Amino acid sequence: MAETLTPVLQANKLVKRYGRVTAMDHADFELYPGEILAVIGDNGAGKSTMVKSLCGAVVPDDGQILLDGQPVHFTTPIDARDKGIEIVYQNLALSPALSIADNLFLGRELFRGGLLGKTFRMLDKKRMKAFARDKLTELGLLTIQNIDQLVETLSGGQRQGVAVARAAAFATKFVIMDEPTAALGVKESRRVLDLIKDVQARGMAIVLISHNMPHVFEVADRIHIHRLGKRHAVVRADEISMSDAVAIMTGALEPPAEIARPEGATLH
Amino acid sequence: MTDQSGPNGEGRPKREMQDFEKVLDQSATDVASFHNRDRTLVASVQHILHANPTLVPVIVLIVSVLVFGAIANNFFTPFNISLIIQQVTIIGILGVAQTLIILTAGIDLSVAAIMVLSSVVMGKLAVNFGIPAPIAIIIGFAVGALCGAINGLLVTRLRLPPFIVTLGTWSIFFALNLWYSESQSIRSQDIDATAPMLKWFGERIDILGFQFTTGSFLMLFLFALFWYLLNWTPWGRHVYAVGDDAEAAGLSGIRVNRVLTSVYVIGGFLCAIAAWAAIGRVGSVSPQSFQEGNLDSITAVVIGGCSLFGGRGSIIGTLIGALIVGVFRSGLNLSGVDVLWQDFAVGLLIIIAVAIDQWLRKVSA
Repeated sequence: MAETLTPVLQANKLVKRYGRVTAMDHADFELYPGEILAVIGDNGAGKSTMVKSLCGAVVPDDGQILLDGQPVHFTTPIDARDKGIEIVYQNLALSPALSIADNLFLGRELFRGGLLGKTFRMLDKKRMKAFARDKLTELGLLTIQNIDQLVETLSGGQRQGVAVARAAAFATKFVIMDEPTAALGVKESRRVLDLIKDVQARGMAIVLISHNMPHVFEVADRIHIHRLGKRHAVVRADEISMSDAVAIMTGALEPPAEIARPEGATLH
Repeated sequence: MTDQSGPNGEGRPKREMQDFEKVLDQSATDVASFHNRDRTLVASVQHILHANPTLVPVIVLIVSVLVFGAIANNFFTPFNISLIIQQVTIIGILGVAQTLIILTAGIDLSVAAIMVLSSVVMGKLAVNFGIPAPIAIIIGFAVGALCGAINGLLVTRLRLPPFIVTLGTWSIFFALNLWYSESQSIRSQDIDATAPMLKWFGERIDILGFQFTTGSFLMLFLFALFWYLLNWTPWGRHVYAVGDDAEAAGLSGIRVNRVLTSVYVIGGFLCAIAAWAAIGRVGSVSPQSFQEGNLDSITAVVIGGCSLFGGRGSIIGTLIGALIVGVFRSGLNLSGVDVLWQDFAVGLLIIIAVAIDQWLRKVSA
C-alpha cells in the first residue's frame, strides 16, 4: 500500500444557477498532486462553469471547495492566484505591446531594495529579467536572445509558451490550462503538449480543459468527464479508448461505476 | 488498480505515436525558439522603428531644425530658441496629461478647458477675493483634479467612450469657466499687485544668452518625472497594459478601473499645473485663452509617436512632438511663409505620424 494521497483540490457538490438554468448541479471534483487531469464534456455540459468556480471566476451558490483540505472561498481569480493557483487562459491574457519579462511579472512586479523600492516604487528590472530568462530556460523555451522582445512579435506557439511559463513559474498548487492547443497548428500543438509534460515533470498538478481528444489522451493521467452539470465519470486515460470516452461523454455508454483515483487516494 | 498517476506519469506505457502525427517525427522542433530571420531592408527598418517608437520624431526634429536653420536667418539665435521653448511649455505640460490618457487608449478633449477653468479659479480667488496665493493655487489644483476625476468616473463607471465623455465635459468646463469668470479677464497689473506668486513660472532665467522661464524647467521636470513613473514603476507598466489590452490586464490581476481613474485624476491635476504655468506665460488670466490647447496637445502626442489605439508610445516622444510643432511654426514664420501654411504643415505632420503608426502596428513576427 502506497502512502495516502489527498487531493490538492477537492470540490464537493458545487451548485451554480443562472436564473432557471442550472449550470452546475452538485458537481464534484478532485485533483491529486502531480497529476494531469483532463476535463472533457460536451458544449453546455457546464465544465467551464465548474473550472471557473475552482479559480474564482465564478462564485458557486452552494458547495464546498477544499484546497489542501482547507475550505476556501474565491471571489476573483486574483484570490485564487494568491493561493498558488495559476490559470492559462484560452486568450492567454498577455499584453502584446509589453515585453516577455514585463508580461511575466504583470501585476506582481518586483521592487528594488531600500529607499528606491519603498519610496520611489522603483522596479527591479534586472532581477525580473533574470528570473524570466531562468524560467524560460528551465522549460526549454530558450534560445531567446532578447527577453525584452515584445510579445506581439512572437508566434502563437511562442506566446503560449510564455503564458505557460508564467503560470508554471508562480503556481504553488496547480495550473489550470484552458484549451491550450486550440489556436495552434499541429506542430506548435506538439511543442505545447511537451511543455505541459515538462511542467508536470516538475511536480506540478495540471487541470487541462480540452476538446481535442488525441491531445487529452496523450498527456492526461485521468479524465474527468462532465455531463449535464455534474461529474459523470472519472476514467484512467490508459484504460479506456477514445471512442468509449466520447460515448460516455455524450451519454451513449454507461459510465464505469467507480471513480478512478490514484493508488492510496483518500478524500478529505 | 495499479498506480499510473505518479508525479511524473512514471510507469505508464509510452503511447504510440498517432498516425496523423507520424509526419511530425522528423520535423523541426524549434518552433518555440526565438531567432531573427533574414529580413528585407524595409522590414528591418519597420522592426527598428517598431521597437523604438520615438526614433521617427527624433529624426524629424533634427532634420527640421537643420532645414529651418539653413533657410531662415534668425532661426539659430538664442532669442528664437528660447522663444520656441517658451511657446512649447504649456502645450508640453498638457501633452504629459494627454499622453497618459492616450496610452490607456483614451483621449481627452477637455485638457485645455480644465486648464483655463483652474487658472480662472486661481486668479479670481487670489486677486478678486484676496485669498493668499498659495491657497488659491492649491484650490486650483483641486479643481483640476476634480475635473479629471469626473472624466475618469464617467469613463470607468458609466463605461462611456472617453471621446464622448470629454467632448461633453469640454463644453461643461468651458461654460463653468465663463460663468465663474463672468467672462472677465484678470489684468496683469492686478495680479502683480495682489498675487505675484501666480506669475512665478513666467520668471526668466538667463543661461548663456538663452532666456529660459521657470515654466520651461517645470515642463522638463514633469517630463522627467512621468518618464520615470511610466517606465520604472508598476503603475506605469499597468497604464501601458490597460491601454494595450484591458481584458488581459484585468486577468493578470491589474485593477483596470483604478488605473484608468488614476490616469484621469492625475491628468486633471497636470492641467491645473499647466494653468499656473500659463498665468506666468501669458501674464493675465483670460477665460477665452488656449481654446486651441485641447487639439494642440493631441497633436504633440500623435506627432510624438504615441498610438491612438493605446499601449504604445513614449512620453519623451510627446516632448519631441511639441518641439517639432514649435520648430515648424517658428521656422515657417521666420522664412516669411504665411501663417496659414503653418497650420497646413502641422496637419500634414499629424497625418504622416498616424500613417507611420499604422504601418508599424502591422509589424510581422
